[in-house]
Amino acid sequence: MVLMLGRLLGGPTLYDRLLAVNSFGTKTIIFLCIFCFIIDRPDGLDIALLYALMNFIATIAVLKFFNYRCLGVSLIKEQMEAEE
Amino acid sequence: MIISTLSTVILDSNLGWTGLVQSSLSCLTIVTGLFFVFAGTIGVLRFPDFYTRLHAAGMTDTLGAELILVGLILQSGFTQTSLKLMMIGFFLLLTSPTATHAIAHSAYTANLKPKLGKHNFSKIRGGRP
Repeated sequence: MVLMLGRLLGGPTLYDRLLAVNSFGTKTIIFLCIFCFIIDRPDGLDIALLYALMNFIATIAVLKFFNYRCLGVSLIKEQMEAEE
Repeated sequence: MIISTLSTVILDSNLGWTGLVQSSLSCLTIVTGLFFVFAGTIGVLRFPDFYTRLHAAGMTDTLGAELILVGLILQSGFTQTSLKLMMIGFFLLLTSPTATHAIAHSAYTANLKPKLGKHNFSKIRGGRP
């Protein structure tokens, strides 16, 4: 988990960093599950479940921002360009 | 985690055969999952190319995480905790390969070239010129 931070900080391209962020999120989920079992309080599993969903949404959102440079729907702009 | 499992196996001799099998199986799966996670992290650090790093990270996300969660489910028994763990495992199994594929496709359409092999990037539909 700490080793993945090295790739996050020193990744040569942008996608390496995104991959490191995604993998770090997965490792955070595993760490939360194991930690909740160690201290015998299964309350943190809800937080782990929330992390599992947020991780996926955050990755997809950042990827869309990388590809299109905006987060909104660009359908109207394309239609206007097609009409012109 | 592992030490507590081992101590449970050794000290609680009144667990019976089912408890013994349960604890040892969960210990085995958790150790295997931790090995996969560690190997994937070393692979992400040491592989020379983005796509090979993607392979290592994807293997960590699916196999290592699922093995650790299955080990925790085996140890928790049939409770609400195991239901939550099964939900976490289901969502991980659903979303993690999708995220990996999305990263790979985004890098491929952005003309990020792999180090080895010959690729004709002009034939990619949707690729930037």
